[in-house]
Amino acid sequence: MNELEDLSEAASQAISNAESLAVLDEIRVEFLGKKGKVTGLLKGLGKLPNEERPKAGAVINEAKEKLQALINERKLSLENAALAARMAEERIDVTLPGRNSSVGGLHPITRTMQRIEDFFIRAGYEVATGPEIEDDYHNFEALNIPAHHPARAMHDTFYIDEKTVLRTHTSPVQIRTMEEQEPPIRVICPGRVYRCDSDLTHTPMFHQVEGLVIDKDISFADLKGTMDQFLKAFFEADLPVRFRPSYFPFTEPSAEIDIQCAKCAGEGCRICSRTGWLEVAGCGMVHPNVFESCGVDTEQYTGFAFGMGVERLAMLRYGVTDLRMFFENDVRFLEQF
Amino acid sequence: MKFSEAWLRECVTLETDTEELIARMTMAGLEVDGVEAAAPDFSGVVVAEIKSAEAHPEADKLKVCQVSTENDVLIQVVCGAPNARPGLKVAFARVGAKLPGGTDIGEAELRGVASFGMLCSGAELGLSTDDSGLLELPADATSGVSLRDYLALNDTIIEVDLTPNRGDCLSMVGLAREAAVLYETTYSIVGNSLTPPSIEATFPVTLSSPEACPRYAGRVIKGIDINQPSPSWLKEKLRRGGIRSIDAVVDVTNYVMLELGQPMHAFDLDKLQGGIDVRFAKQGETLTLIGGADIELDIESLLITDQSGPLALAGIMGGASSGVSTNTVNIFLESAHFNPLNIAGKARKYALHTDSSHRFERGVDPELPLRALERASELLTAIVGGQAGPPITTEEPSAMPGRAHIFLRKARLSQQLRLSLDEGYVINILTRLGLDVEQTTEEGWQCLAPSWRFDLAIEADLIEEIARIYGYDNLPVAIPNISLKTTLDKETVTPLARMKQLMTARDYFEAITYSFVDEELQQLVIPDQPGVAVKNPISADMSVMRTSLITGLLLALKHNINRQQSRIRLFETGQRFIAGDAVIHQEVIAGVITGDRSSEGWANQNQAVDFYDIKGDVEALLSLSGIAQGVTFEVGEHPALQAGQSLIAFNNKYKSIGYIGKLHPNIGRFLDLNQSVYLFELDLQAITTGTLPAFWEITRFPSAKRDIAVLVDQKVSFSELRQVIESSAPEHLTDLKVFDVYEGKHLENNRKSIALSLTFQLNSRTLADDEVNSAVDKVVAALEEQCSAQLRG
Repeated sequence: MNELEDLSEAASQAISNAESLAVLDEIRVEFLGKKGKVTGLLKGLGKLPNEERPKAGAVINEAKEKLQALINERKLSLENAALAARMAEERIDVTLPGRNSSVGGLHPITRTMQRIEDFFIRAGYEVATGPEIEDDYHNFEALNIPAHHPARAMHDTFYIDEKTVLRTHTSPVQIRTMEEQEPPIRVICPGRVYRCDSDLTHTPMFHQVEGLVIDKDISFADLKGTMDQFLKAFFEADLPVRFRPSYFPFTEPSAEIDIQCAKCAGEGCRICSRTGWLEVAGCGMVHPNVFESCGVDTEQYTGFAFGMGVERLAMLRYGVTDLRMFFENDVRFLEQF
Repeated sequence: MKFSEAWLRECVTLETDTEELIARMTMAGLEVDGVEAAAPDFSGVVVAEIKSAEAHPEADKLKVCQVSTENDVLIQVVCGAPNARPGLKVAFARVGAKLPGGTDIGEAELRGVASFGMLCSGAELGLSTDDSGLLELPADATSGVSLRDYLALNDTIIEVDLTPNRGDCLSMVGLAREAAVLYETTYSIVGNSLTPPSIEATFPVTLSSPEACPRYAGRVIKGIDINQPSPSWLKEKLRRGGIRSIDAVVDVTNYVMLELGQPMHAFDLDKLQGGIDVRFAKQGETLTLIGGADIELDIESLLITDQSGPLALAGIMGGASSGVSTNTVNIFLESAHFNPLNIAGKARKYALHTDSSHRFERGVDPELPLRALERASELLTAIVGGQAGPPITTEEPSAMPGRAHIFLRKARLSQQLRLSLDEGYVINILTRLGLDVEQTTEEGWQCLAPSWRFDLAIEADLIEEIARIYGYDNLPVAIPNISLKTTLDKETVTPLARMKQLMTARDYFEAITYSFVDEELQQLVIPDQPGVAVKNPISADMSVMRTSLITGLLLALKHNINRQQSRIRLFETGQRFIAGDAVIHQEVIAGVITGDRSSEGWANQNQAVDFYDIKGDVEALLSLSGIAQGVTFEVGEHPALQAGQSLIAFNNKYKSIGYIGKLHPNIGRFLDLNQSVYLFELDLQAITTGTLPAFWEITRFPSAKRDIAVLVDQKVSFSELRQVIESSAPEHLTDLKVFDVYEGKHLENNRKSIALSLTFQLNSRTLADDEVNSAVDKVVAALEEQCSAQLRG
């Protein structure tokens, strides 16, 4: 049986020295293959007496199994090493930036307008739009601003011809809504508006979102509540909001809405012209003359309307200091939003 | 309107400080826009008299003055002012004085002569812009008195930004009345005395257009001394009211306007002929205004005229020839009521915004003319002397504005404000505001509006007044409780926001450009469509409404290129305007790209974008609404695009809905762009309306894919190949893709190789190989026959 021991010894040595799977397989064939050396010992069992054969066979098989186990073990270890080597080879610099990651972005005015719209849509308002080249009737007359009214001086109007203007506000969309739809009405009118004015704080085109609510029993308290909720939601802050009497031909009572200056917390600074307050919107109860122009029964219905400048809100929200940036479309500006 | 706080406090006792007063006014609707000191900080300046002024021995322009203050001690001051003369009362900054801006006055030597202080101009003290000479004080000013006390300079100038409805507050009376309401107190205005006539002289007045001028009070004053200066107090009040002092007559009329709110005018009586007629202009009449400007009058302009023709633009501005001058001795004072409707818009039309027109177009109390005339007479005769004739009021009572009768319903008041107010409280507010509460009933209050409130006409106006005085901030807050149908937008219409999202995800920034553009550039981009012109554009490059969004986007692109950005991808959505009998507003989406395909990066492709980049963006956009199948592209030309790199998009009704392509090099050259630009513009409505997704069963049977490559002439387009393939292949061809296009050296001239991948599939069974092969054979045969294609080996 010394032969078996020698073979086993030699095989184990070879297995542990095998440096590749191919070599290991050769070793397997050499010792355990059909014509292998250890397998060959089994063939020699025939020469043994009958009673010794089972025992000797068992010893050989045991040795075979041991060798097979060694091979398996070595194989696994070689495979693991190969895998580790491959992974080491595949190591990359994961700190490099990804491929084609750039995305564009929405204009801050759109972003602001969508935020305003989202609020009012959740509150059940519909969104209405209308023409930007508007007739004098819808832009002025129907809004209780007859020709030569001093309030027309508040609107530096661009004219196309005597009876056609670039809308100075989105209020004509409210008029068109009232003409087309029976109350109750809950609508917001976002869009571009135009005024013939261009300096540091005015651009000849800007954006407004106006709103209109008409129903039985709508009150000034409802207007206050709506705008207060909106402004607090929009700025995500429990900002003090105040309502100040003002004048618009199309509302009565009319109010201007101020929020406390967030920059100085009402102390007074350059942003708020030292008043501690920032004007952000105008509003009021719809003037009966406007209702009459649109055929809304003033006895049955009351309503409120409001309007705000989107650029103004965007400037306050994002800290933009130059209004004109909005229309230069400088990519270095646009990518900030 | 600017006013002196001290003057207001003369009229109404206010137990409050400036800050609270300003806040209260603002919260009552009289928004305070600015607050400034009546004079800048200075000290050590007193009234002094110049006793002598001798020429400086060493300097032509300087004088050596001896001045005296509270005693007879003479102080030597060297002064360069041309008006330094003996006997003049001046503002003298003593040694030790501190002038505005912090200048300290000390002893000095000017060209060898010692000077102990400084004589000041109005500008040096911040009291005027006049730096031409010394501030001249009246002869009766007491020497030695502090100038601050003498001119009562410790005052605040408050500027209120009055809304157009509050013309009644454009005066001290109005402001005092309002303050009295807010502070629940009373107000008074001095000077209600009458000036009894001392002569009989009158001047005839005719009101030919009484609906425009129903009341005209006039008075002759003879023998005035126009050279008498206005007293300091008057000049100071004018200055704090923002009005420049001219001469005593003009100053007094302006003062009365500030005090009572009634604009007045003074004519040189000796320049008037016949009598005054207030009438509308006749065709072709002209008028030379104070200041010398000639205007042509239209027939809607209300005039003050005499026999010779127009004298003044009623309620707006006087004429040059009939005004008071330094030679005037006899004057005719006008204090009239003009209907706001006849004044409104006129000042703007003639570009003449005056203090007078500002008030008349908002409405001036019709009860004021006579009172104002008396007040002016009192002040004038005290300053410039003269004998006054009787005040004469010419009027047409039937044309006078009536006071509004308004019924305020209790129910409406409490409904609108969600507040039930005590009856006495309401009546109290209304009464303090000057309304006569004539009757109180179960339903409400019958009120008569005061003559000075042109803005109170209907019930809502009174509700606002009560809310305003009660305080908007004290009113209750609620949330509207109304029921509306809950709705959803049409699912087949892709929301604009979704389109924008796609564009931004594809690396575009959203731009917003002006809706009016440069006509020349627009004509290059869209030459065949006239734009809607703006009559009064802000500048030539914003003179015509856009017929395409491309113009604005190209300018934005150029703006960025000029600022070292070379890779630009912008899109915009908005209206474009097509001229016609009725202007068509069309919502469109447009984009422009230039520069590298990807942003700079170690792993990114850095080739320049080409036509297929922008086409891919457009195809993605179309697939959003699921209408990609309904839109067809055809090779076509567009003036903005380079021929051979342009496509026109059509909808399923074969209407053109947009275009894609490479910017025409001519436009690029015009804009000085040195890199290729690709662009698209599409009608939004046409591409947002798609179809509702409809499920189709996914087949269980495998597909068969065959790749072929064919050589064709370079002229042959893929779209031609596709048509041939689609018409020759059996229905079970389910997909056709191009996976390679090669035009290069290894090919014959004018040939290109196109590699196509064809996918075949059936819903009902697995296709047999020979079925697929014969289908491919058919396709190849058709391509060979119809497109002169050669199958590559």
